[in-house]
Amino acid sequence: MKMLKLEQVKVYYGHVQVLKGLSLEVEKGELVSLLGANGAGKSTTLMTISGILHPTSGHIYYEGQDISQLDAKDIVHLGIVHCPEGRRIFGGLTVLENLRMGAVCRKDKSRFQIDLDEIYSLFPILRERRKQMSSTLSGGEQQMLAIGRALIAQPRLLMLDEPSLGLAPIIVQGIFKVIRQLHEKGITILLVEQNARQALTVADRCYVMETGNIVLNGSSAELGANPEIEKIYLGQAPEAGKL
Amino acid sequence: MTPFEFLLQQGINAISIGSLYALMAVGLAMVFGILRLINFAHGDLIMVGSYTTVLLMGVGVPFEWAAIAGIAASTITGLVMERVTYRPLRGAPDVAMLLTSFAVTIFLENLAIILFSPTSRPFFLPGVLNPVLEFGHLYISGLNIIAIIISVILLVFLTLFVTRTEAGISMRAASQDLVAARLMGINVNYVIATAFAIGSFLAGIVGILWSARVGKIDPLMGFYPVLKAFVASVIGGLGSIPGAVLGGYTLGILEILLQGFLPPVLTPFRDAFVFIILIILLIFRPNGILGSSERDKI
Amino acid sequence: MERLQFKKVLLILLMFVILFVLLTITNLFASGYIKRIVIGLGINIILVVSLNLSNGFTGVFSLGHIGFMAIGAYTSAVLTLPILLKTVNLPNLFPWLGYLEMSFLPAALIGGFVSMIIALLVGLPLLRLNGSYISVATMGFLVIVRVILINWDAVTRGARTFSGVPSYTTIWNVWIWVVLTTYVVLQLKNSSFGRRTMAMRDNEIAAQSLGINKLRVRLLAFCLSAFFTGIAGALWAHFIMSFSPNSFYFSKAFSVITMLIVGGLGSISGSVVGSVAITILSEVLRNLERSFNLGFIHIPPLYGASQVIMAVIFILILVFKPNGISNGKEINFLKITKGPFLSRKQKEVF
Repeated sequence: MKMLKLEQVKVYYGHVQVLKGLSLEVEKGELVSLLGANGAGKSTTLMTISGILHPTSGHIYYEGQDISQLDAKDIVHLGIVHCPEGRRIFGGLTVLENLRMGAVCRKDKSRFQIDLDEIYSLFPILRERRKQMSSTLSGGEQQMLAIGRALIAQPRLLMLDEPSLGLAPIIVQGIFKVIRQLHEKGITILLVEQNARQALTVADRCYVMETGNIVLNGSSAELGANPEIEKIYLGQAPEAGKL
Repeated sequence: MTPFEFLLQQGINAISIGSLYALMAVGLAMVFGILRLINFAHGDLIMVGSYTTVLLMGVGVPFEWAAIAGIAASTITGLVMERVTYRPLRGAPDVAMLLTSFAVTIFLENLAIILFSPTSRPFFLPGVLNPVLEFGHLYISGLNIIAIIISVILLVFLTLFVTRTEAGISMRAASQDLVAARLMGINVNYVIATAFAIGSFLAGIVGILWSARVGKIDPLMGFYPVLKAFVASVIGGLGSIPGAVLGGYTLGILEILLQGFLPPVLTPFRDAFVFIILIILLIFRPNGILGSSERDKI
Repeated sequence: MERLQFKKVLLILLMFVILFVLLTITNLFASGYIKRIVIGLGINIILVVSLNLSNGFTGVFSLGHIGFMAIGAYTSAVLTLPILLKTVNLPNLFPWLGYLEMSFLPAALIGGFVSMIIALLVGLPLLRLNGSYISVATMGFLVIVRVILINWDAVTRGARTFSGVPSYTTIWNVWIWVVLTTYVVLQLKNSSFGRRTMAMRDNEIAAQSLGINKLRVRLLAFCLSAFFTGIAGALWAHFIMSFSPNSFYFSKAFSVITMLIVGGLGSISGSVVGSVAITILSEVLRNLERSFNLGFIHIPPLYGASQVIMAVIFILILVFKPNGISNGKEINFLKITKGPFLSRKQKEVF
């Protein structure tokens, strides 16, 4: 049984159809990346899985259970945690308060401090800034906070939406190092990225989306060697990599 | 009376009124923060609480119990209001929510008119709760002091709630980013209901204190208080709880100043002044006195 | 295409004829009571259609439009009041006005223009704000208008009843204005101006990037709408012949807004249908407010009952059919035009 399976999912945003019969799957322990240009529908896909949006037709199965019409909070309780695009941390709350919000969905609050220490060891800067108002953090720090917050929620499936967005290359490296670590720990990850080059370095498999549908999929090795990808998503010359 | 005594008396008056505005504004701010809804029906919660209290006292219930019942009535009405009219409209554009709050106001006010007649009724506070304190030439109404003390206690509890409890922090989180809050597994229905419950509870208390101040109740009594609470909220920055408190006290002080220093010829225009202040604020400082003058781009 | 045009023209002609016939019959044969309802209905339609122009297209929702109705009413009333009555009722009126006694049409038009000018002055600062803030600010406008009316004794007789307004309103001149207003607003909606406002409503940022000036578009709709609302006020003043500032306050505002929402924001034909429905409903409910006997149970007069019921209907419509009877589109026998405004579909996520 796949951990996550989308079958012919169609989603409307207002009157516009954003997903046009999307199908994909994620196995337990995999790191799958969802690639594509702006507007392809990648974020919408994650939003639909996490329950903010609902499909008008098609199904979403999580460990065999149909979660298509569940409310977001129930989906979080099942273990799917979505770290949204643009980080969306609670700017008016301190770093610690943000992390506490990640723990809201947990049934056992007793382990909170232990897990908090784990997050701090992953992102030491957060411990340093824990009493600070999170709107004062830098972009990279905010991304770390967003991921830390998602991790505190004890995800079994972690969904990351554009973690590299707007961050300097050095910081992006750091973030992806953490992503790799999480992958090694065995957390299943669904990663949406515009920065295909980076994504290919961590993902096992990739799907490429275009206007609401999957147009290509395969292992990172296959896609990395694919001249189509090279041209469309990585730019003609390798130096032009940053999208 | 020396100038100092006069200042003290008016000062206490201003802070007492400011406290009531602050409590009301906090209720409005909590709901606006999460739902972007300006709940004009909030004013009618004052009316519901007061009428419940007066009616119960009228059949012999002692004041303390009648007051508790009144506050409970406000709280319940607020929760029902949320469940029945605002929840089905979640996600609707702001205008629809605003209009709905007007419809609810009209509904409640006219229902009260039908049930209780439009004429006002007197509100009596037991004498022991409203002593007049004498300090030489200075007369201070005990009610003012009580109002200030109660308000401060409530505000302290409220601050503890929103900074120390998970529910309170969740509320702040939800008012900053509702979608992110949902993604954290926060039960938004509970959070919103809590915001309404607290706001309505505060409105119930304000109802008792306000009616005691004015000495009477009538079906339309909530109209001006909610308006002033709204102005107070805007002064402090709409949606911000500390802003609401600041705005409430500011408005209280402003009102007493205006009362004292407004030339008599302009007195009939006092009602309009509240709105003029509001409009000026909305145009020049929509994010409150402390906020920027930048309007949301959208 | 030609056949479509021909059909359209035929349809419009047909509607005119039916209207004409209905009005003639009413005028000749109906009782005074029915005639009054038809006139009142006409005035309501003008109010709702002009409110739709302001609120239905540009992302503005004015709650204070009744203020313009008041301005139109009082202006026209003062201008047409017989000189004799002026000396009795308005002894402190400006001298030159005291000698003025206009006929209906110029007075009404001036009423409309005064409203429009005030709308311009009010709109310039306020229409830049966003959504809900405009609504609250226009509420403030209504309160301020009322305060001025109550205090400007010399011109308005303050809070006292202003009576003696000559009865110039007839079924015909009301309904001519109904047709005129509806025509103008429909033309605007279907013009390039209309398209610009729709664009603004649906996606403000995109519209602005296309060079559509938000303030200008809103102002135009707002001021024009104020003009017609002012005319409606004048018509109403000469219909009811005596009124006070209380006639132009929140309950009137709410009933007009109810008609607008029931009919459907953005749909002119919806406004007409909504006005008819609510006007008739109000009449029925008003009769309920008098005491009556249900079998052997005597039910006392329930003042406020009609308001309560209206409020409930209003909430029900907003919850279940937020785009009104018309669903936001023009009720058209030929083709359907623009889509709904109050869409509660998956929006506002990002």
